[in-house]
Amino acid sequence: MDWIALTLSLELAAWTMLALLPVGIVLGRWLAWNRFAWKPVAEGVLALPLVLPPTVLGYYLLVSMGAGSPVGQWFQSTFGRTLVFSFEGLLVASVVFNLPFAIQPMQRAFESIPQDVRDAAACCGLTRWQTLARIELPLAWPGILSGMVMTFAHTLGEFGVVLMVGGSIPGETRTVAIAIYDSVQAFDNAAAGVMSAVLLGLSLVAMAVVYATGARRAGHRG
Amino acid sequence: MTRFLAALAALVLAALPAAAAPGVAAASDLKFALDEIARSYARETGRAVRLAYGSSGNFRRQIAEGAPFELFLSADESYVLALARDGRLEDEGVLYAVGRLVLFAPEGSPVDPGRGMPGLAEQARAGRVAKLAIANPSHAPYGRAARQALEHAGAWGALEGRLVLGENVSQAAQFAASGNATAGIFAYSLTFTPAVSGKGRYALVPEAAHAPLRQRMALVKGAGEEARAFYRYLQSPAARGVFSRYGFSPPGP
Repeated sequence: MDWIALTLSLELAAWTMLALLPVGIVLGRWLAWNRFAWKPVAEGVLALPLVLPPTVLGYYLLVSMGAGSPVGQWFQSTFGRTLVFSFEGLLVASVVFNLPFAIQPMQRAFESIPQDVRDAAACCGLTRWQTLARIELPLAWPGILSGMVMTFAHTLGEFGVVLMVGGSIPGETRTVAIAIYDSVQAFDNAAAGVMSAVLLGLSLVAMAVVYATGARRAGHRG
Repeated sequence: MTRFLAALAALVLAALPAAAAPGVAAASDLKFALDEIARSYARETGRAVRLAYGSSGNFRRQIAEGAPFELFLSADESYVLALARDGRLEDEGVLYAVGRLVLFAPEGSPVDPGRGMPGLAEQARAGRVAKLAIANPSHAPYGRAARQALEHAGAWGALEGRLVLGENVSQAAQFAASGNATAGIFAYSLTFTPAVSGKGRYALVPEAAHAPLRQRMALVKGAGEEARAFYRYLQSPAARGVFSRYGFSPPGP
């Protein structure tokens, strides 16, 4: 059992979740309540990671964050190390890869808040921030929670992108999914078995939370 | 309808020779050499093979689990001998080449391959090697050899925390040639392509620095006539000539 790899995966998942919380709320809310001509395009772009092979994303990330790219060179000159093969590089990849997992449940949650509730809030003289804090977030929280949990669970399972831009460095880029792959190739079935069981358990808990909050939301409406 | 079915049958028959081309599992250090051999094989005989490249440890695992490969070209002999012991292969096969390692540094790297492994060790101790790319020693033979060479040069301690591990040796080469790693230690055979040789400088690692990369191949049990023909072709002078042009030494007796 590679505890370092498991800890690293949990850290990556937690940071990805934190980074996507504000992004998901802002973009999800905006997409829920605005109509504009190119909205399907915007929604399509944000949903791309659902259908793109991780290798496509991995390739673009390698090209755009690599040593020859402006972003890679800026990171190198600012922090003195490469962005690929680093935890930060994985985090960038993970945030991009998880956009739809965070945004879509949140967008659905904001869409389910009735227009008259928002109008009433505006009538009562609440400012936009007060409306967000007292009306919208309390109503949308099950969707926000399930977006966060989906992001967390999906990050734990990310493999292809990490394989392409990670380099399997212990404590830095060797996530538990990579550690499982390496131990299977090395015929270490015992380690692979334990780590797989841990991931299975964590994913099961995450999905149970997602469906539990979904049922709660449905109960509210009914 | 009958005509449609006949057309369909004709299509299926036309596709059959391609479908029957035997699957060949090959270590990734063979990428360029074996591509060339397969091309000349197709030209000379009109026969085709389906080549899959990956780390030898990975293929050992897949063949043990019954993957539909008919011929296995490993980057070392231990995987072939282990599979033969398990009764997965027809026999212990033959040695077909001996591989070499290079130390590679991309343009602008502080590492000078001309100064060899001692030079790398020196730069590592001075903290000038941010990342060194090698194949994963736990399942790639070239990774294991690279580790031995680093230990031999007394540089393992200084570099252990600086390694980036390729899933196979050609990913390690890609990490280094793209300039993302400060240097790399990988298969000499992979430098015979402009995509690598044009991206930096390299020098051979002395053979005494690691256990020899004796590359062995064998037919998987149940291999068909097509796979056997390719297996024979790989032992012909023409194929050996290509291997030696890609920097492989001929196997000893």
